Amino acid sequence: MNKKEEIQIKQIEHPGTLKSYVTGFVLSIVLTIIPYLIVINHIVSGAFIVAVVICFAFAQLAVQLLFFLHMREEAKPRLNLLIFISFASIILIVVVASIWIMQHLNYNMNLIQLNNEMKYGEGF
Amino acid sequence: MSLAKTIPNQDVAHHQALATDKTVFGFWVYLMTDLLMFGVLFATYSVLHGNIFNGPSGHEIFSLPFALLETMILLTSSFTCGLAMLAVRKNAKNQVLLWLGITFLLGLAFLGLEFSEFSKLISEGNSWQRSAFLSSFFTLVGTHGLHITSGLLWMLICMIKVKSQGLNVNIARKLTLFSLFWHFLDIVWIFIFTIVYLMGAI
Repeated sequence: MNKKEEIQIKQIEHPGTLKSYVTGFVLSIVLTIIPYLIVINHIVSGAFIVAVVICFAFAQLAVQLLFFLHMREEAKPRLNLLIFISFASIILIVVVASIWIMQHLNYNMNLIQLNNEMKYGEGF
Repeated sequence: MSLAKTIPNQDVAHHQALATDKTVFGFWVYLMTDLLMFGVLFATYSVLHGNIFNGPSGHEIFSLPFALLETMILLTSSFTCGLAMLAVRKNAKNQVLLWLGITFLLGLAFLGLEFSEFSKLISEGNSWQRSAFLSSFFTLVGTHGLHITSGLLWMLICMIKVKSQGLNVNIARKLTLFSLFWHFLDIVWIFIFTIVYLMGAI
């Protein structure tokens, strides 16, 4: 490989360092172990545990984005970050709204209630 | 003295770097659309995970230690993939091959574990035909497994190219894209681990 190509490789390679990879690795291991221990030992209970576990997943996401995908060091105009944020909001809308709508659909389409309404009530 | 000053024709290098930026950006957009697909599969799973049709629920069929092992393997492979990228920058061909090889083996181990989990479920009669819950489970986790499989193939091709051609700008760019893909799969798996396995066990 000639000198010019060598320098080109250095230019295109993203700006990770050994330190950032090791930090990211250790953090992601810790962020996996903690929710695992919480769940198997039932440290927190009820609906709260779901929130805790999901928070850990998002912390893990942040660690991966910062230390493995190096989103913090991206050069301006930071198009990758921009497109990530726009897609993240689309995904949030799709996922949250789907779950929300389907839960209410189940509630609104309660067949027993509907049957009773048809039999004993005034129908629709 | 900065590195850029050592080359006579820095415009060429600059153009090359810009082109790579565009390639990385395009690939990043693809990853985001892939993420959208996984988002929809996650939504489907969340809606259907209670519809077990008198079959087993997640609580009965998932083994948490097993899922933790899979997670650890994938996290480690993501780390070794990062180390391979550092070796690319140091222009150390053998190190690149070593770390990519380790990443490949870890990915293969992950795929083997997932395969054994699937075959166990199917042999117990709990295939995707059993209930809506299992259909959505197999679709979500299977799609991730399919991505891992294609990632392994891609890694193999990269390794063969590095071995035969040595490191050059083209391969460095391909490896950059591959590392993005691999870290991305790691992120998707974290959410599978959380939403399918951890929350299934609660």
